[in-house]
Amino acid sequence: MMEIPLFLRGILVITGKNMRLYYTKPPVLMFGLLFPLFMFFAFFVGRHLDLITFFPAFLAMMLFFTASSVGPLITPWEKREKTYERLLSYPVTQDSIILGDVAAGAIFGVGISLLVWIVSTLFIPVAITNIGLFALAFILGTLSCSTLGVLLASPASGSPPNVMIFSNLIRFPLIFISGIFVPLAQMQGLGLTLAFCSPLTYLVDLFNAAISGTSVFSPLVDCGVLIGVSAGFILAARVIQKRNLMKGM
Amino acid sequence: MNAIEAGHLIKRFGTVTAVNDISLTVREGEIFGFLGPNGAGKTTTMRMLTGVLMPDTGTVLINGIDIHRHPLDAKMQMGVIPESSTVYGDLSAEQNLHLSGKMYGMPRALREERVDEILSQMGLSEKRHTLVRTFSKGMKQRVSIACAIIHRPRILFLDEPTSGLDVQSRRLVIETIHTMNEQGSTIFLTTHNIEEANTLCQMVCIIHKGKIVAQDSPERLKKMFDTTQSVEVSFDRAVTRDLFVAEGILRAEPCGDKWRLYTDNPDKVLKYLVGRAECESIGITSLTTSGPSLEEAFVQLTECA
Repeated sequence: MMEIPLFLRGILVITGKNMRLYYTKPPVLMFGLLFPLFMFFAFFVGRHLDLITFFPAFLAMMLFFTASSVGPLITPWEKREKTYERLLSYPVTQDSIILGDVAAGAIFGVGISLLVWIVSTLFIPVAITNIGLFALAFILGTLSCSTLGVLLASPASGSPPNVMIFSNLIRFPLIFISGIFVPLAQMQGLGLTLAFCSPLTYLVDLFNAAISGTSVFSPLVDCGVLIGVSAGFILAARVIQKRNLMKGM
Repeated sequence: MNAIEAGHLIKRFGTVTAVNDISLTVREGEIFGFLGPNGAGKTTTMRMLTGVLMPDTGTVLINGIDIHRHPLDAKMQMGVIPESSTVYGDLSAEQNLHLSGKMYGMPRALREERVDEILSQMGLSEKRHTLVRTFSKGMKQRVSIACAIIHRPRILFLDEPTSGLDVQSRRLVIETIHTMNEQGSTIFLTTHNIEEANTLCQMVCIIHKGKIVAQDSPERLKKMFDTTQSVEVSFDRAVTRDLFVAEGILRAEPCGDKWRLYTDNPDKVLKYLVGRAECESIGITSLTTSGPSLEEAFVQLTECA
């Protein structure tokens, strides 16, 4: 019990350190900011699509890329720079480090996506049906995506490029099967089955419920899945990172 | 009270047993040297003692606190300087120190006071705002040490702290170790530099192939091998090893422009050298004898094991 304040302080300090050191790293800017914007331009601009209909999917994609881009970088970077061992020798545990990485990814995701949303509303007249659900989608979406980012860093060695390649190998296919470019209601067969397996699907669906008021699943199901996968990703990251502790150190 | 108590530590990596049933005790206020050749298990042991790595079996108490049950409380007691200069290159020296202070929960005012004090002590005041990635190895090591002592730890762990440093930086590190010890900190020092251990440590533990092969004060360890002494000799011209094939000379090793001869009978060797040099018309430029060395004890212990 005496250790809880120390534990929480460790998470806070690690989050601050991550925000200061990693938000401006080229891989984060590239894969967290530029890439989703390019994807937006490539798929939505000049194709006479209804931007209001696709806005929830775009917002989910933005949140997904931003929140999941910080996590994969931190641990491999720290192992390469040999700062990971020092970090572990401070009054923190591996759990504090994982949660600090999750928090840094989540704050990045929320910050950038909120900015994109605010700027977008100047050009696209998007009305929000349920503001509470919209806030919940932001919170759960950013949590699930940042935990995915930290999980993707778990097999880490001391090579950030390898981990970034691996993380993109997982992240890119997800945006094509999660109802972003093809609405979930129009999917069928294998596509629909794959969509059910992607956590991003439930985030897109939750944004749809919050913005347009229409969704394939009940928002309760969407929230339940996002909470479940977030917990699952953290637990998996915890187990794998403990097993790979010495890798790259 | 003992500062560090480790009992029956075992750590395996796959089929390799890196640390094999190690137990050790470090008394409060002591400078404890943990000596061993490369790959002996020094760093793995230190990582277990500092809570970085979990042992497969065994216990570690830091000032009586079980580090595996209460890792955060135990880590608050210590400062750790890992083998590499592990500081953030994208932060300045001052920012690194502030980050370290925050990790130990130091309030801002105290942190600022200590940062000024330590930067000055480490000779880094003028470089306080410079990014650490532009520093030399010695300067990075000074920042690394500063980060570990900012909260005045009761126990300071150092892993090969002088390895690869220039003379000035090495002296500064040793001076810091002495200062910390005088202020009451217990020092746990892993090194393969025997001379460093000999001059710094009150207790020395020698590890080889994951096992402790000796643990005592440097002087008592030397006395364990007091039959062997050495004679150092240099000549006015180059000689070959053949010159040292004689009764009483156990081993001859070139040592710069000198030869070091190991013997259990220095008197006999001295007489032989003088006689042989006269016979071959070689001038002796220097001749010194020395008692048993910690290096000799180390070599014998790690060769026997």
